Amino acid sequence: MALLDIKNLTVEFDTAGGTLRAVDGVSLSVTEREVLAIVGESGSGKSVSMLAVMGLLPWTAKVTADSITFLGRDILNLPPAERRRIVGKDMAMIFQEPVASLNPCFTVGFQIDETLKMHTDLNNRQRRDRTVELFEAVGLPNASDRLGAFPHQMSGGQCQRVMIAMAIACNPKLLIADEPTTALDVTIQRQILDLLVSIQAEKGMGMIMITHDMGVVAETADRVVVQYKGRKMEEADVLSLFENPKSAYTRALLAALPENATGDRLPTMVDFSLDDAPYTGARP
Amino acid sequence: MSEIVLETRGITRDYHIGGGLFGAGRTINALKGIDLTLEKGKTLAIVGESGCGKSTLARIITMIDAPTSGELLIDGAKVDITKKRLDSEMRRKVQIVFQNPYGSLNPRQKIGDVLMEPLIINENVPEAERRERAMAMLTKVGLQPEHFNRYPHMFSGGQRQRIAIARALMLNPRLLVLDEPVSALDLSVQAQVLNLLADLQDEFGLTFVFISHDLSVVRYIADEVMVMYFGEAVEYGTRDEVFQNPQHDYTKTLFAATPRADVESIRKRLAAKAA
Amino acid sequence: MATTNTKDPNAAVGLEGGTVIAVTRRARLAEFWYYFSQNRGAVIGLYIFAAIVVIAVLAPLIAPHSPSVQNRGAFLLPPAWETAGSWSFILGTDAVGRDLLSRLIYGARFSLFIGVVVVSVAVSVGIIVGLVAGYFRGAIDTVIMRMMDIILAFPSLLLALVLVAILGPGLVNAMIAIALVQQPHYVRLTRAAVMGEKGREYVTAARVAGASNLRLMFKTILPNCTAPLIVQAALSFSTAILDAAALGFLGMGAQPPTPEWGTMLAEAREFILRAWWVVTFPGLAILITVLAINLMGDGLRDALDPKLKRS
Repeated sequence: MALLDIKNLTVEFDTAGGTLRAVDGVSLSVTEREVLAIVGESGSGKSVSMLAVMGLLPWTAKVTADSITFLGRDILNLPPAERRRIVGKDMAMIFQEPVASLNPCFTVGFQIDETLKMHTDLNNRQRRDRTVELFEAVGLPNASDRLGAFPHQMSGGQCQRVMIAMAIACNPKLLIADEPTTALDVTIQRQILDLLVSIQAEKGMGMIMITHDMGVVAETADRVVVQYKGRKMEEADVLSLFENPKSAYTRALLAALPENATGDRLPTMVDFSLDDAPYTGARP
Repeated sequence: MSEIVLETRGITRDYHIGGGLFGAGRTINALKGIDLTLEKGKTLAIVGESGCGKSTLARIITMIDAPTSGELLIDGAKVDITKKRLDSEMRRKVQIVFQNPYGSLNPRQKIGDVLMEPLIINENVPEAERRERAMAMLTKVGLQPEHFNRYPHMFSGGQRQRIAIARALMLNPRLLVLDEPVSALDLSVQAQVLNLLADLQDEFGLTFVFISHDLSVVRYIADEVMVMYFGEAVEYGTRDEVFQNPQHDYTKTLFAATPRADVESIRKRLAAKAA
Repeated sequence: MATTNTKDPNAAVGLEGGTVIAVTRRARLAEFWYYFSQNRGAVIGLYIFAAIVVIAVLAPLIAPHSPSVQNRGAFLLPPAWETAGSWSFILGTDAVGRDLLSRLIYGARFSLFIGVVVVSVAVSVGIIVGLVAGYFRGAIDTVIMRMMDIILAFPSLLLALVLVAILGPGLVNAMIAIALVQQPHYVRLTRAAVMGEKGREYVTAARVAGASNLRLMFKTILPNCTAPLIVQAALSFSTAILDAAALGFLGMGAQPPTPEWGTMLAEAREFILRAWWVVTFPGLAILITVLAINLMGDGLRDALDPKLKRS
């Protein structure tokens, strides 16, 4: 059964320079125990569509869709606040900047406690035990001592672990990770990706991994949606995407990876005759 | 043996932290004795994670900061900015391109002025010639003459990085220090900028110090590679030596951690998952 | 970020690939006006302020009487709409028979003059001192900032009074005193902005290109620090008018018979109970002017501070 099912989602922003269509008719669905990667460059609308589902867009955004269902419930026509309340428990999100996502004024233990207080009816004692348990699950050493730490006392990787702990606190059915490792070092990125994948498998969650990094896609995804300028260019399972990309855009993206370079220059978008390729400059 | 453009001998850099009213301050050794030599026309990539000292080294090579000890030689001449103010002859030999294309251009300066500023400061050339040279450089990096009178906020990240590269090249430097020049860019734009850098290196015989955390980019662009870890150069050699036969544990960890985007490793992962 | 200067709420979406928007100077002005006009109060303030400027400039043409001529037959005449009033003296006359309306109109000239002089002196001194402190840091910064702390530690009006007492009463000395009292605010603002900008990469890039300290300070850094200074200048314009009026009221500013609003209030003090209009109208003039300028300052802040720009 599909956890989240989006049909023909369009998001538009009213700007002084006219209407800007950030997401243009995207349909996608993710099922239980599945990792779906949404890959695209900046401006592809990959984050915007998920923010729209969570009801986190500013008021200038106009969201239309044929349907958005989560766990078989229609969430498209709910007001954003109510949607967040319903969605908040079973759908969790982690963001790119782990240090900025945590409130610097409170200890990390307190912040997780808040989440538990909001969504569960555990008592003080149980919430504390649960927090320690969560910290251990995300691989934070000395979990019980860590509860009193402030975000600035932790490294970026540790803050991201706290964010993951907070996200899985209520055993969500779906975890949305928006560029979760982009701000982290390579060795830390590896740890966080491993952690996310193992938690996902262990809990049987669905996961949506939003990223621009083909390496991250290759390391985590089961199925991949490629977006470009708000449109879905291609949807395929991960192996066939890398083995046999269908759309010209995906081929161009893969060719632009330096590790796939064959000559002494990298192929760019112009070499793939994309009708609306980004600006390329005067290459000979 | 071709000419050596850059040489450092035992460069260290210490930072003193704290030492306020109570208690003595701490000393942090950001660089612990870096030795390197770089020939003309080659690219040295310096790899490392945040806090390893690679940007500190970049600032020392660019003669922005002085090392605590050790020697810096540019074109065989010793440089010590603490003793003597740099003359423009030395100044122009090394230029830098920064990571963040949004912070490295003055928001109140038109592109033309950005490019002409180095000439105004360092050379006594007439206005018309300045304009002509700036215009030529602008087209060289793949922008149009009509961009000359625009402000930085009208450009995309990739275009800004081209402008930053053009500015660095206005003084015909010998050595270009590139501090994570493509890590803020999209994949397709990254490819364009890397190609541009390769073109410029061929045309002007430039020497690059390329600082990066992205091993796939480094493997693509570098002739020599230095891996830094907590202020030390734990690995230093030609690209093939370092990538095919890493000696230090940290280098091995780093290689193992880099995500692989090839079909083989995806197959392996999926097989492991199914099992 | 990429789009601080375009009215694009989608900065987070960050369109890569080069949708180059040709923004001319006029378009930027239009954008400034867009944000400024979002704030209704600011627009009202602007209109009132513009009206005051026009009145001040055209004072000799508009004023029905000379501000210093004493009309023997009309001491303490009430405003026109009161029973004893006369339409030739619309707002009435003061104790020596001078037309109140004309004096207020001419008074606008003094108030604006005070505002302009005080703000320009305070701004130019404050910017230079703040630039030096923020750029060089170290001992020179400590010395400057401690001096500014000392000035700020005094109640501003009291310090201005002391200065005027030393320099001698008079409009020029009052302006010097007020400028001196206000200048620490500019020093602090400039210093904070300079310290923020100095670490930016474009400044380092200019230094690598060989730019001298003076060039870095005035050509590279200063133009990027102007927005908060403009807002502060607008707001302290009104403070200057207020302080000058207060000094005038205390007999330390403009001296009678100058038709300065604060001085007029001081002269009218003894008639508060007998003739309400001689105190009310100068007081209202000060109130309206200061309020208009403050409203305008708020609008400027909305329009110039990118952090406050709504999406």
